[in-house]
Amino acid sequence: MSTNDRDVAGRTDRAVLRLYLASDSPGARRALESRKRIIAAASEQVDIEIVDILERPAEAEAAGILATPTLSDETVTPPRRLIGDISNTAQVLEYFGYRNKDATA
Amino acid sequence: MSTTKESTVDPVLERVKTGIEAFDDLVMGGLPRGRTTIVGGTPGSGKTVFATQFLAHGITELHEPGVFVTFEESPDEIEVNMASFGWNIRRWREQNKLVFVDASPQDREEMVVGDFDLAGLLARILHAVRTANAKRIVLDSLTQLFDHFVADQTAVRRELLRIAAALKKEGLTVLMTAERNSEYGDISRHRIEEFVADNVVILRNALDKERRRRTIEVLKMRGSRHVEGEVPITLVENEGLVAVPLSSLRLEQQSSTKRVTSGNAELDRMTSGGFFRDSVTLVSGATGTGKTLLVTNFLAGGVAAGERALLVGYEESRGQLFRNAHSWGVDFEAMEADGRLKVISLYPEAQSLPDHLLTIRELVEEFKPDRLAIDSLSALERIAPESGFREFLISLTSFIKKREIAGLCTATNKSLIGGYSASEQHISTLTDSIILLRYIQERDMMSRGLMVLKMRGSEHDKQIRRFTIDGSGMHLGEPFGGAPDVFGDAAIAGPTNE
Repeated sequence: MSTNDRDVAGRTDRAVLRLYLASDSPGARRALESRKRIIAAASEQVDIEIVDILERPAEAEAAGILATPTLSDETVTPPRRLIGDISNTAQVLEYFGYRNKDATA
Repeated sequence: MSTTKESTVDPVLERVKTGIEAFDDLVMGGLPRGRTTIVGGTPGSGKTVFATQFLAHGITELHEPGVFVTFEESPDEIEVNMASFGWNIRRWREQNKLVFVDASPQDREEMVVGDFDLAGLLARILHAVRTANAKRIVLDSLTQLFDHFVADQTAVRRELLRIAAALKKEGLTVLMTAERNSEYGDISRHRIEEFVADNVVILRNALDKERRRRTIEVLKMRGSRHVEGEVPITLVENEGLVAVPLSSLRLEQQSSTKRVTSGNAELDRMTSGGFFRDSVTLVSGATGTGKTLLVTNFLAGGVAAGERALLVGYEESRGQLFRNAHSWGVDFEAMEADGRLKVISLYPEAQSLPDHLLTIRELVEEFKPDRLAIDSLSALERIAPESGFREFLISLTSFIKKREIAGLCTATNKSLIGGYSASEQHISTLTDSIILLRYIQERDMMSRGLMVLKMRGSEHDKQIRRFTIDGSGMHLGEPFGGAPDVFGDAAIAGPTNE
């Protein structure tokens, strides 16, 4: 799989994932906390852009988002998505093919 | 949705026309505005057509834009698939009269962990609703949405309830489709109707005696009356779904007192002046008793009186019908050349009964006849299950009357000397007049007898008249002396034997 174990260090710019959420939903706050932990765990080599679908519904339409929260890697084809609970940082990083800082140390 | 507050719903619900005329009649004018209707059906039963027609009618006829949320086919596929019904979906999309929410399966890798909501879908739907300023919305089909999140049915149910409530709050009239596994089982696969629908409509595409029979049935209408039972439907090019109207709803047509000739002067005298303008007459008799001759006279008499006449034949070819007419001194060719007559010959087996009805309706719309003959109903009865045939007859007779056409139908009696045929039993209550043609045995002779059995709203000769057929047609003679039984086997014994 092309997304596994990608060489993040070799990049000049940071890889960007998108987090689609509805800012008024109970799951949104938990997802935002998880986001911070994921960025930290990946040694800040990954950035996660927040897309509030209530403010930007056209982007949700374009990306074909049904469920929230959805964490999405749209740099690969087809897009790779994780829906629901993204609090398990290690699992999330592994799913998107990034090395966990703690695991590689 | 029984728990949601419906504060502003008028006791007399405003109706939203679906564009399927006869269906709107079933539900007292249309779907109640601001409510949710589930349309359930097996694959291929016409759910997407129904849903698209509902939107199309709003857009083209009533200035009500719509939103189409598709979980199954892509918007482009729907555009192509629905084009044959005459719906220019691309143009409506360009004009923002129809906005799609494309939730069809996409090529992506996806994993679901833990709980989620469908706020993404809802935000997209509401965005589309505002873009179009929509009044109507379709979700097609919910089954696909459940299949998408196959491990999280509870979450999907909860979220669907939320979406339905949000759409209701927007005042939208909602139509959701759901797939069924069988024609007469559960209403939908995920029992969606139980928690989300005010109204339930079922589309069926059942196999009945080796024939496809499409029907529509209104199962439930919350807070409102509806007509019960299955109604035949058919898919028509450039039109969409057409439900075949039942006359039970349309008995209001007034009876005319204007008489038209039967085409036989003697028969006109027996009926006190001929048939009524907007009436249907049944001619019943065994094979060879002269039914087609009566039909020929009926057509020729109309043409001679300056009317337009249409014959739809199901038993004989055009050539045969023309030869028959010629042998009785009637020139069909000249009448057709004058544009006064149209003779159409069809194979009963070529299409289903509802389609036959539509063919007759189209012919009538096109040719605009003053009189119409159908020869014979028995040929059509062969191809239909009993219930379907009765519906067909009801629809046909009510259509003929509504158009103020004089109709003449024939039915072939299987028994040569008497007895009722099944079609007679069906049609005798639906037609205004019945003429019996019978073989009647008198000692060692077999004669033909004609009797006007019934004529609604008129006096008529009750005698059984002897008649003969020769090169110039039918000649009615003297009444039979005794009282031959034209109904049963007793005719064989013959009362004239005394």
